[in-house]
Amino acid sequence: MDHLDKLENQSVFILREAQKKFKKLAMLWSIGKDSNVLLWLARKAFYGHVPIPLVHIDTSYKIPEMIEFRDRYAKEWDLNLIVGQNKKALAEGMNYTLGRINCCTALKTNGLHQIMEQYDYKGLILGIRRDEESTRAKERYFSPRDKNFEWDFKDQPPELWDQFKTNFDENTHIRIHPLLHWTELNIWEYIKRENIPVVSLYFSKNGKRYRSLGCAPCTASIDSKASNLDEIIAELKAGKTSERAGRAQDQEDTYAMQKLRTKGYM
Amino acid sequence: METLDLNLTSTETLKFVMVGHVDHGKSTLVGRLLSETGFIPDNKIAHVKKVCEDQGKVFEFAFLLDGLEEERDQGITIDVAQMFFRTKKRNYVVIDAPGHKEFLKNMISGASNADVAFLMIDAEEGIQEQTQRHAYILSLLGIKQIAIVVNKMDLVKYSEKVFNDVVTTYTKYLASINVKPRTFIPISAYHGDNVVQKSVNMPWYQGESILGVLENFATHDDRSKLAARFPVQDVYKFDKRRIIAGRLESGTISIGDEIIFMPSGKSTKVKTIEKWNAPMPMTVVAGESIGLTMEDQIFVERGEIGCLKSNKTLVSDRFSANIFWMGNKHLEKGGKYILKVATQEVECVVEAILKVINSSTLEEISKNSHEVAKNEVAEIILSTKKPIAFDTFDEIPETGRFVLVSDHDVRGGGIILKNVEHVSAI
Repeated sequence: MDHLDKLENQSVFILREAQKKFKKLAMLWSIGKDSNVLLWLARKAFYGHVPIPLVHIDTSYKIPEMIEFRDRYAKEWDLNLIVGQNKKALAEGMNYTLGRINCCTALKTNGLHQIMEQYDYKGLILGIRRDEESTRAKERYFSPRDKNFEWDFKDQPPELWDQFKTNFDENTHIRIHPLLHWTELNIWEYIKRENIPVVSLYFSKNGKRYRSLGCAPCTASIDSKASNLDEIIAELKAGKTSERAGRAQDQEDTYAMQKLRTKGYM
Repeated sequence: METLDLNLTSTETLKFVMVGHVDHGKSTLVGRLLSETGFIPDNKIAHVKKVCEDQGKVFEFAFLLDGLEEERDQGITIDVAQMFFRTKKRNYVVIDAPGHKEFLKNMISGASNADVAFLMIDAEEGIQEQTQRHAYILSLLGIKQIAIVVNKMDLVKYSEKVFNDVVTTYTKYLASINVKPRTFIPISAYHGDNVVQKSVNMPWYQGESILGVLENFATHDDRSKLAARFPVQDVYKFDKRRIIAGRLESGTISIGDEIIFMPSGKSTKVKTIEKWNAPMPMTVVAGESIGLTMEDQIFVERGEIGCLKSNKTLVSDRFSANIFWMGNKHLEKGGKYILKVATQEVECVVEAILKVINSSTLEEISKNSHEVAKNEVAEIILSTKKPIAFDTFDEIPETGRFVLVSDHDVRGGGIILKNVEHVSAI
């Protein structure tokens, strides 16, 4: 087994545990590279099928190409797609100029909250990784959130020997993170090996490409000549800036991600 | 830098954990190691330096890992962080564990995932409560490759005598718990002595730097050489196939092998090994998440463990074990808990608490006790509501270890010592 096989086997094990243990389970699909890999791993775990509904939170500010991609593969792979949107906040005029942390909380976190309540999901699978930023580096594979959606990072349950937190209080839900142990480089190596489709915004056009995808107003492209998978992999091996440098909400405040994630952000 | 090769092709990964007493410099060492191997992004270092400046703090390498506001304010690590870097030789996952007693459960969560460990001792403060406790926990977790790091050598004027004294005292302690350290390394994480580069301040030290020792650890994964153990996770019916899904925890399985599922004892031959978007393998090895279709349509359920007939698991409703307790509420004699062994989940009762020891001093607190408090270690006898399949931890670690759950959370972990079928055998 090479390192990608090991990563894949661990993620498949986690997805199968989640599917067995949670009757009301959903998977978050942001249309980014990580959640596409997650979706692919679900097809590995369940032999080409995706027996888990996919939730996409549409902030209305997503880049149009992402929405096209979503609709195309939802059809092609026969996915059970549920699109959520915080219409009330949008009607009241929420946008990033009112503060990026406020905007992310209203349109993403609360948008997700509404869908979770509507469908009564008890388990939510997300494609976050430990190497993305420092609060995610401290996450568990199975991570509880309380009834207010909050993450008690100061008192996380023990997690050892792949015995996960699958028993929980009715008022809480569990976040499941099957990609926690992958790095950005691993993701691209695996996309290449498995030939997984990704949005073309990741590939360089006119000297610019997106390294991380989010809402159009808060996501900046980077200077890059990497126009195919091999070039992206080479760029990452040589690079020394962090993946989320182009994500404006992270830089809004020193502890922006801690503040967002404590309140239930992805 | 010599150790850094950007066109790395190695696919080997080693996971190591950094443990030891609070404030002995674990996060500082990890921050230093990541910076000097070039794996902290430039914009992250700049960002953390600016934050420190804004808040009137002196920049510390530890802040690169201790990302939570509370961690930086108090200068301690609350929860375990995992970071990544690589050298010409292989990929590394570094697990930075908290050293404060209150966060022992987080240290255990981190250490249980590691292949090898570095245990840190402050040269000035010497051996402290968690220095001993962590070593004992590592031995319980079955981590055999351990190196001891003597940090803050700058504070003792890089004294060879101070270093030798720590080596002598600690070697004696480690011998008492059957731990043979690979080596002792004198360093200053703060100044970078013997972290990546050999120190010019300690010419008397002939050994390797931290990175040098790390590169020499073996990554042997011997699980495939053990007897086959295939705990059933689930049974799928996709596309008219009945697939028994699970992860092979040890040994190997090939098409045509006769598999017996324990504890039910049902058996049949492997017809196919199923994978999606990959060629069908003839043989699978330990660590692979697979699906099997069988010659005969036998009824098996989650929890059963597939074995080869020549080497089956033990089956019993009673066994003795060493446990470490992490719950705020004491473990009680007569108490009921949920026992999880591989994919089995069953109610169990604590039948006896044979002895309780302080996991730091190794003092025996009591014999035939009625309870085990947080952070204590005990030898107990558990009886399960129905017979389960397991191995002793010495034989096969993956099916010889378990967790105890109560009130929705894991409260304790343990390793199985032996099958105790009859009361007379106790």
